[in-house]
Amino acid sequence: MDYFLAKCSEAVSKYDTELAASLAEEALTKGVDPMRAIEEGFAKGLEKAGTLWEEGTYFLPELMMASEAMKTAMAILKPALEERSLKMKRLGKVVIGTVEGDIHDIGKSLVASMLSAGGFDVVDLGADVSVENFVKAATREEADLVCMSALLTTTMPAQQRIIQAVKKAKPRKLPRTMIGGAPTSDSWAAEIGADAYAPDAVNALNVAKRLMSS
Amino acid sequence: MDSVKVPHIQLLSNNDVERIVEEAKHLLWNTGVFVENDEAMRLLLGAGAKFDACKSRIQIPETLVEKALATCPKRIELFDRQGDPAMDLSGDNTYFDPGSAALKIFDFEKGRSRPPTVDDLGNFARLADYLKNIKAQSTALVPADVPYSMADRLRLYVALSCCTKPVVTGTFVKESFAIMKDMLVAVRGSEEALREKPLAIFDACPSPPLKCSDLTCQSLIDCSKAGIPAELVSMPLSGATSPATLAGTLVQHTAEDLSGIVIHQLACSGSPIIYGGSPAFFDMRKGTTPMGAIETMMIDSSYAQVGKSFGLPTHAYMGLSDSRTVDYQAGLESGLGAVTAILSGVNVVSGVGMMEFENCQSMEKLFLDNDICGMAYRLKKGILVNDETLAREVFREAVSDASFLNSKHTLKWFREEAYFPSGGIDRSAESRSEPSSAFERAAREVKNILGTHAVPPLPEQVKSALEEIVDTDLKAHGARKEWKL
Repeated sequence: MDYFLAKCSEAVSKYDTELAASLAEEALTKGVDPMRAIEEGFAKGLEKAGTLWEEGTYFLPELMMASEAMKTAMAILKPALEERSLKMKRLGKVVIGTVEGDIHDIGKSLVASMLSAGGFDVVDLGADVSVENFVKAATREEADLVCMSALLTTTMPAQQRIIQAVKKAKPRKLPRTMIGGAPTSDSWAAEIGADAYAPDAVNALNVAKRLMSS
Repeated sequence: MDSVKVPHIQLLSNNDVERIVEEAKHLLWNTGVFVENDEAMRLLLGAGAKFDACKSRIQIPETLVEKALATCPKRIELFDRQGDPAMDLSGDNTYFDPGSAALKIFDFEKGRSRPPTVDDLGNFARLADYLKNIKAQSTALVPADVPYSMADRLRLYVALSCCTKPVVTGTFVKESFAIMKDMLVAVRGSEEALREKPLAIFDACPSPPLKCSDLTCQSLIDCSKAGIPAELVSMPLSGATSPATLAGTLVQHTAEDLSGIVIHQLACSGSPIIYGGSPAFFDMRKGTTPMGAIETMMIDSSYAQVGKSFGLPTHAYMGLSDSRTVDYQAGLESGLGAVTAILSGVNVVSGVGMMEFENCQSMEKLFLDNDICGMAYRLKKGILVNDETLAREVFREAVSDASFLNSKHTLKWFREEAYFPSGGIDRSAESRSEPSSAFERAAREVKNILGTHAVPPLPEQVKSALEEIVDTDLKAHGARKEWKL
């Protein structure tokens, strides 16, 4: 069993999407507890990929592909969880996008992918998203977390406008907020009243998890 | 017999260039381009392009590309504010200009970058006016002390007021084109005179992969109709918004520039357009777009080679750095880029002064980069070989003296042969004082230049016409003039 779970982990950490898919299928036919396959198998692999990235062994494409492998395995296991009327443990609902006037979406997409692979339900609004659309989506989705990316010093102020507008809209559930992007920082987050700042995709996942448990 | 071999590099074989162009044409017809602008759509469809309704993309046939390329001028001349010839964009001529539209300026006194003001831009333009090896200016900084929606055109006003050199510029919003054209017409006297003697180049940037935004299309169409040179700045990012291979990125760059050329030539056949770009080899560790990466420079050199195969004037973003201060990295990357650009025969080389991924400008760096450009020009001049330079007679006399310093031959030739750098470059052997850094030396020189260099003023009539345009704009924005210039 441990050997099988180790293989699941390795399929993700070595970003082998096909292998991750066939191992997920195998878990179903073998009757492995799908929750265990995820938590003790595939998710460990994603963590490993994150560590390899942080230590400089992995580059962005490897990190991206590892999160894709993770998502593929989860998609296969999800129906089995629901059949057993188990809910996949979801960490929360995230609404994410790049702010208005800014078309940079590479970093944002990587964060979205990591959050989704890491156990969040992610609604990706894309790039150049208006303040209004951020607020609408946060309310509609009853988001737990709103993530805003800005890559330009000229578009950074939109993060502040979104945070203020979300608060003003008084949604049933007030979401937490997280910002990112090259010109942003911890001090900018504090200045505009964001709950957190993340410098990269791996940190974004850790910070998001921390926000949900605090 | 005199002979000067002009040094030149080509990274691609002719066959490589042909294959890249072939693939680009295949891409334009099979995948097509996403076009956001109605007028551009109408022009393309009216000329035989096909609309793929499923994918909302425009497929451009090879015949249309060939037709557009055949009507592009092979040579574009630019003239300075007074109307004198300043740039001849043809052959392998190279002209350096500062990188455009930085959102920050590096403040030497404070040791960090900050948002620039209108007066910073004025000083920057004055410095560009002074520096001899920087042949054109650009609307280099985006002033943060005026409303952003009028910042693009206000930059042109400042540039025209504080520097006599031709301007590389562009629009941030569609409405700006008419206002900026009015400014250029005010300097030249009439639309016809401006068409006759272009004073500015307007950048238009396709969005990778294969998309022409509303603003980009409009800028191409407006420039084409007004006969103002347009410059295509396609910016694929290898591995992020284009294939990770240099060759694949070149295919996409070619296709993006060709799609822009087709739109531009359909709007007004024969209008001037420059084959340019600002691609980067995406950094897979930091997720950034390094302009100082050697791979980025290789893409630049090669797409310029592709542009030359079409006989078009070329442009590249080179001679800049990603460093966040004026240091070893800044010099290394800027130097490599400028030398690669000049050896590749790129006609317009934008970038000097710039750092931090095209986000920040530094006057001190601009001053030092002027020496990089001077050295690059010297390199390009090559080595003159003839009887006199081979110096047979001189050896006879001087060797016995063991000195060439007092030879007439030396007196005649040393200035010809050397480029003399500014005080920014340290060649002293003095050990009396603490060594200073190039950045510190440059700061002293810049201060001195700004205190002494006088830019010829605009004729009174032109000055008041420009001021009227800016005043109207300020009023419409409910803003006040808060600069001195």
